[in-house]
Amino acid sequence: MVPTLLGRIQTRLFLLATVGVIITLLVVPVLPGPSGPLGDRYAGGFLVLVAVGVLGIVWELIYHFLMQFRWEKDWPTLFGLLTLVPEGLVLYFLLRSSAVDFIDPVPPAAFWTHFTLVWVCMWLVANGPMRVPFIRWRFRGGRVL
Amino acid sequence: MVAAAGIPIYDTPFLTVGGGMGSFVTLDYLRIYGVPTSQMRVVSNIDHPWQTYEFLTRCSQIPRKERIRSDSSSRPDNLWGFPSYALEEAWKERKPSYLWQILTEPLLNDYWTPRAGTVFENLEREAKRIGYWDMLVKGQVRMIRRRSDGGYFTVITPPGGAAPTKRIVFRSRFVHVAVGYPGLKFLPDLQEFRTKHGDYQHVVNAYEPHEQVYEFLKTRSGTVVVRGGGIVASRVLQRLFDDREKLNLKTQIIHIFRTFVTGSHGPNAWSRRKGGNGWAYQGFNYPKSVWGGQLKAEMRKLEGAERAQKYKNMGGTNTPYRRRWQEQMRAGREGGYYHAVQGTVDRVERTPDGKLVSYVRSGDGIVREPVSDYIIDCTGLEADIAEHRVFADLLQHGGAGRNPVGRLDVERHFEVKGTASGDGALYASGSATLGGYFPGVDTFLGLQIAAQEIADDLAGRGFVRKMGPLRSTSQWFKWARNSPV
Repeated sequence: MVPTLLGRIQTRLFLLATVGVIITLLVVPVLPGPSGPLGDRYAGGFLVLVAVGVLGIVWELIYHFLMQFRWEKDWPTLFGLLTLVPEGLVLYFLLRSSAVDFIDPVPPAAFWTHFTLVWVCMWLVANGPMRVPFIRWRFRGGRVL
Repeated sequence: MVAAAGIPIYDTPFLTVGGGMGSFVTLDYLRIYGVPTSQMRVVSNIDHPWQTYEFLTRCSQIPRKERIRSDSSSRPDNLWGFPSYALEEAWKERKPSYLWQILTEPLLNDYWTPRAGTVFENLEREAKRIGYWDMLVKGQVRMIRRRSDGGYFTVITPPGGAAPTKRIVFRSRFVHVAVGYPGLKFLPDLQEFRTKHGDYQHVVNAYEPHEQVYEFLKTRSGTVVVRGGGIVASRVLQRLFDDREKLNLKTQIIHIFRTFVTGSHGPNAWSRRKGGNGWAYQGFNYPKSVWGGQLKAEMRKLEGAERAQKYKNMGGTNTPYRRRWQEQMRAGREGGYYHAVQGTVDRVERTPDGKLVSYVRSGDGIVREPVSDYIIDCTGLEADIAEHRVFADLLQHGGAGRNPVGRLDVERHFEVKGTASGDGALYASGSATLGGYFPGVDTFLGLQIAAQEIADDLAGRGFVRKMGPLRSTSQWFKWARNSPV
């Protein structure tokens, strides 16, 4: 899928709400580090997803801008995977600095395991299986609606 | 009137004419959407849909084991594009390196592209699965005309002896035209030479069978002029270089570019394509975003001169940057057997000893006169649509018109503008429709995009139900298990 700006944002939010939620439901109970009631840990996990979505809109604007320098106006598969590094780092430091004060600081191991798993699964789904139910998605620059 | 003339009439709600890749992909979509074979017919003078494509790729030096220039997830046999060809070949050949290549393309590696053989084998599997041959009617299409009661008559000449009359007619509500490239276009100076000397052996088009050139070069050393800067020129050069290497030949190659690209080119930093040594480099025949990204979205909104300009901006002959080809050309330049020059050819003449001399005028005014044994024209398949009788008739009598770049004018959903007939519709896809709201028409994925637009439009007209996520998923599992639609 070669994205348009609207398609990027929609795909991100859609995959967070589907793949992201499923992975979070599955992994939060077994994440290393955090203690406390499971409900609180789930709340933390879902808030991370929300943060990836909200910050992601800004990221997508940046990616869209950078893509304009490419002749083909494409976004290679590898970029979609490697952007987890800057996005993860920014989010991690925001959470640690308590700038986002409604999420309790998360232990590093738990954050990175959760974040990376969600990211890689979303990336895998976007690079193939997504096209099985949604046959028009890839021809519309990633728009779901 | 038709019946009174004694011509048999056959009814079919949906008829596609052409029977090549465009017809196949459209029928595949409609079968998967849920149209039974009894509702559709395909008229063709070829036996299987990839026949012409395979002929052209083989002539232009892509036998089954070689790789075509097409994206891994552009699968005409699989409308979902999943699993991609790369996954399939990696699995079947136990080659995880393909996965690494597809992951890192085009940044650390060349684009991964499928073998021609992989494409053809899968097409055969899918054609059997959807009952393609149950729908095939052999024949040559003469014309498509609107009926006064709506829909269309399509006049066919069946093969000799196959029918009691010389003509048969199909009456249908919907017709789809996918007759491919109207023909080869020769460079004027080469056409003149061929006509004047009646020599079709030494001046050849790369899309014609021209194995005699390579065979000659195996028997004695010779010089070949290659004309053109596209993918076919790259392929022909590869063949010449490969033979030279394998058989220790002394072939000299003179490569004439009309437009000689020396580096990155384009008006500004937002639209600059890479290039060098004569070539403009691009992974596929259009920038990638025409098949679903930004360029597709932009072009869809443009009309008239603006659209023509956009086509011009992204156009221009180009070829992929492939590491193997770069090595071969570098070795050729260093070894003094590959000479690339800029120029336009005024004329070609025959020397008294039977060789060919090209009069090449460069931009700086210098005229060169290279002498060669053969000239291979690699400039393309770009004849005017009116050279095909069906289009000529549609333009003259059917209400069809030309788009801003001179080809068949179609709507966003690929209905030919001006040809509606009652509750019927006439669609077209493939190269004849280049210049429309969607640019990548003459590509695998472009044919699928057109087929999807057509299938959705037919759904809007009540011919079939629009395919949603549930049917799509269940149909994908059928595809995966190779069970009938």
